[in-house]
Amino acid sequence: MSLTRLTAVEQADLLARKQVSSEELTQAHLDRIDEVDSHVHAFLAVSPDQALAEARSVDHDRATNQDLPPLAGVPIAVKDLLATKGIPTTAGSKILEGWIPVFDATVVRKVKQARMPILGKTNLDEFAMGSSTEFSAFGPTHNPWDLTRIPGGSGGGSAAAVAAFEAPLALGSDTGGSIRQPAAVTGTVGAKPTYGGVSRQGGVALASSLDQVGPAARTVLDAAYLHEAIAGWDPKDSTSLNEPPPAIVHAAKLGAQGDLTGMRIGVVTQLKGEGYEPGVLQRFEEALETLRGLGASIEEVDCPSFDYSFAAYCLIMASEASSNVARFEGIRHGLRVGEDEPGATAMTMMSATRAAGFGPEVKRRVILGTYALSAGYYDAYYGSAQKVRTLIQRDFAAAWEQTDALVTPATPFTAFPLGEKVENPLAMYLCDLATIPSNLAGIPGMSLPSGLVDGLPAGIQVLAPVRRDEVMYRVAAALEAALTAQWGSPLWANAPDILRQSGKEDAR
Amino acid sequence: MSDITREEVARLADLAKIALTSAELDRLAGQLDAIVDAVAVVSGAVDESIPATSHPIELTNVMREDIPEPCLTNEESLAAAPAAEDGFFRVPRLMGETP
Repeated sequence: MSLTRLTAVEQADLLARKQVSSEELTQAHLDRIDEVDSHVHAFLAVSPDQALAEARSVDHDRATNQDLPPLAGVPIAVKDLLATKGIPTTAGSKILEGWIPVFDATVVRKVKQARMPILGKTNLDEFAMGSSTEFSAFGPTHNPWDLTRIPGGSGGGSAAAVAAFEAPLALGSDTGGSIRQPAAVTGTVGAKPTYGGVSRQGGVALASSLDQVGPAARTVLDAAYLHEAIAGWDPKDSTSLNEPPPAIVHAAKLGAQGDLTGMRIGVVTQLKGEGYEPGVLQRFEEALETLRGLGASIEEVDCPSFDYSFAAYCLIMASEASSNVARFEGIRHGLRVGEDEPGATAMTMMSATRAAGFGPEVKRRVILGTYALSAGYYDAYYGSAQKVRTLIQRDFAAAWEQTDALVTPATPFTAFPLGEKVENPLAMYLCDLATIPSNLAGIPGMSLPSGLVDGLPAGIQVLAPVRRDEVMYRVAAALEAALTAQWGSPLWANAPDILRQSGKEDAR
Repeated sequence: MSDITREEVARLADLAKIALTSAELDRLAGQLDAIVDAVAVVSGAVDESIPATSHPIELTNVMREDIPEPCLTNEESLAAAPAAEDGFFRVPRLMGETP
């Protein structure tokens, strides 16, 4: 069996027992990237020299019996939204092409402290604005299950890298579903922690009150280990929670024992009806049966304000985004255009640089956000959206009176063909229908596979109260174990061969 | 219907400092009109009595100790600049010609 098909925990176990070296393991993943990434395009940059140097350093420390963290020597991919010292960071935008950060994002520093070799940077929609990676300035990522389809977004690169066995783990960021929706459509696992549970410092900001960094993995336990490695207070992020992170790995192990007796699980009426594909709902209903079989009680929960969450999200996200991307002005880093035009000023240079450096979705959201924040419209749009946010939090608070966790389909539909929604922004935004409410409320959420619909993966989402990420991991691990037993193998183990698919494409 | 005309998009693009092309102005006017129509429902969903939430988990007065910490050197700060001179970012002049 190939090393790359092992879970991160299995890889860590082989390393700990010295049955494989980190250098071999890291090289195996670099070879896999060489083999398939021209078809998948999960990576924007690969960093073999740095990765192998760290792998050898871990091997040396292990050979001399030094204490090592649990994931030491297990390689990882990093979403190109997160600053990596010495490795180009583009955020999927032309305006940052060629930028080599002089610092590491806090989560990248933590991954390095966990002694994980960094394989490279993964593709994303420009500044994480999108649900398909098609808005990356450097071309889309392809879904490993069907190369003609989207891998989700914005973190399609991280999810595809994990699904295609190019990396066992990856970092993502989630503003409205950018970790969970790609996980759902690629048959993998992705978690958005409680807001403030993981540092955002060094991530290129999309919408600061919604953004949260989190893990992409193939299993719930793998995600738990990575989540625990990056969690915790960061004085450099003023929204970071100064309190001990929840015991996530323990909860995932507990959940995998398969007993949810006494657990009250709610199903949100507003997140399963209109707009959801019948096949996705079918897998969801079956997963509910499985949860009942594990001893959980299932009840329906009404969250009427969720009907407005999509609208509120669009306004808040676009408003914060338009403010955040103001920092790209052609002065401090990246692209500069129009400096030598006759009569050029700093302002004309800035406008020309942003026109040349931003893609269509970024322009759309910046203009929408500028509109929502402009005099005369502020109260009606941004102000009202912030009040809807209060209503959504109240709906969640009422739900937690009756339940310990909520479950929903993770996405309304499975992976659609590349190109299908690029010219239809509203249809694209609806990809995040089920994931948006948790960002507005700051609660943790994760997606795990619920099964296949016409050969394509569907996901189920587990939500838990703020600061209770461990509840979400316990439920998800229990469900994963039960579904895997029903299927006979993990869903991701059955993805069609990428080289055979691309061969078919070539023949066409 | 909302009222996002081509002229309104041009005004917003000027505020946002993005030099949009004529074709972009046309396309965005139609798209933004549809998006704003879809999201305008928020104003009917709330009233005066509901407080606004700006952050999911409210923290107040987050400050760190007033102790100097290492930061980027001048050279590091300028490393990615498109143009730098004498330890400063270099930019085109700020004011245009007086007519």
